[in-house]
Amino acid sequence: MSTVLGTVVVIAAVLLLAGAALAVVRIERGPSMLDRTIGLDVLTTTIVGAGALEAAWSRRAEMLPILVVLSLVGFVGSVVVARFAAVEPEGEALVRTPRALREDGDDDVDDAPAVEPRADREGADE
Amino acid sequence: MNRRTSWGQWRGIVVLTATWVLLWGSLSPGVVLTGLLVALGVLWLFPLPDISRVATVRLWPLCVLVTRFATDLFVASFQVAWLAVRPGPTPRGGVVGVRLTSPSVAFEVATAELASLIPGSVVVEIRVQEQMLYLHVLDLAGSGGPDGVRASVLALERRILRAFAAKEGETA
Amino acid sequence: MSAGEIVLDVLAGICLLLGAFLAFSAGVGVLRFGHLLARMHAVTKPQVLGLILLMTGVALRLRSGPAVAVLALVVAFQLLTSPVAAHMVGRAGFRTGKVRPEDLDVDDLSDAPPTPPTPQPPTPPTPTPPPPR
Repeated sequence: MSTVLGTVVVIAAVLLLAGAALAVVRIERGPSMLDRTIGLDVLTTTIVGAGALEAAWSRRAEMLPILVVLSLVGFVGSVVVARFAAVEPEGEALVRTPRALREDGDDDVDDAPAVEPRADREGADE
Repeated sequence: MNRRTSWGQWRGIVVLTATWVLLWGSLSPGVVLTGLLVALGVLWLFPLPDISRVATVRLWPLCVLVTRFATDLFVASFQVAWLAVRPGPTPRGGVVGVRLTSPSVAFEVATAELASLIPGSVVVEIRVQEQMLYLHVLDLAGSGGPDGVRASVLALERRILRAFAAKEGETA
Repeated sequence: MSAGEIVLDVLAGICLLLGAFLAFSAGVGVLRFGHLLARMHAVTKPQVLGLILLMTGVALRLRSGPAVAVLALVVAFQLLTSPVAAHMVGRAGFRTGKVRPEDLDVDDLSDAPPTPPTPQPPTPPTPTPPPPR
């Protein structure tokens, strides 16, 4: 019996891990702060799920208060971002990888020349 | 601001204290006492409008509402999960406006809260004065078009009103 | 282990598997759906039910009163907060133009007459860059 349940827990853990990885990809891609918030929300809930899985496997209740706190923290984060950080100035999204800058480069460079990829600037200096 | 204790506030105190006891996980007198203090403090700091005059609880319609909500949540969850996992392009959605029938803000909020969980929709905007609810629908064709969405939201509101509205006239 | 306990364990396993699958599909949806509002759907529905199922699975395994109460609390918080968070994010996204019109087949909100203007929160002052030396 315990081997069957062990298999179930392993499969569920793999599913949760995959879901969390996909959410992290969304957090990295954005494109807006709100998309990242959604990704974070999914990630938090997946972490709650992982904690629940651990509690179900070990049959111990120590994890449960952490689950309560996490389920509330995710909500507060989403609301705060939606309320205060939704309006982003053009070309000033908070996390900009060099790749993202190159991909939608033209209009961004026109709007905000200060956020050019670092490599280009160094090249221009020398 | 009238802070006369009414039935609504007593219920609030009971619910908040129960939450506090659940959080602590033990029913000792000290926990109950601090819970009562915290509940009183919360209700004093954030007073809610008294809805005991417009709201009541009817047991059987409440059972209908809860059962229907549970099945709808189940169905809608697996629908969205299937739409996400299946190969091929994701479906086309849209934003649909629904004019609610109840003038009471409390029921509008309840409808909005439940609607964003069940029939495949997320509430984008609420305009309280116009009683308008704007929902984004993920799969517009699968939900019977804009009119199908409006019909299902109005049916949901009717179930909520049957369960909670004080006046029979509002259930029509 | 008695037969009743085995039945409970099997039910718990089914709940855990279904819940984990729904959490996974929430991750898939949040990555695959094309725009902000569609992604909100993945956050609200499969995620909430997935969490409810996972908590049910844990409750079936732990089988103790206080633990079940705490798990019910987690579910209650999730049911209350998830639609509110989704609505806040969706509204902010719509108002700040994160949703392009071509993503929507029907758009009653943009076609609706504007409401009387609500006071906008003051935008925080942008920090001025330090003067070049």
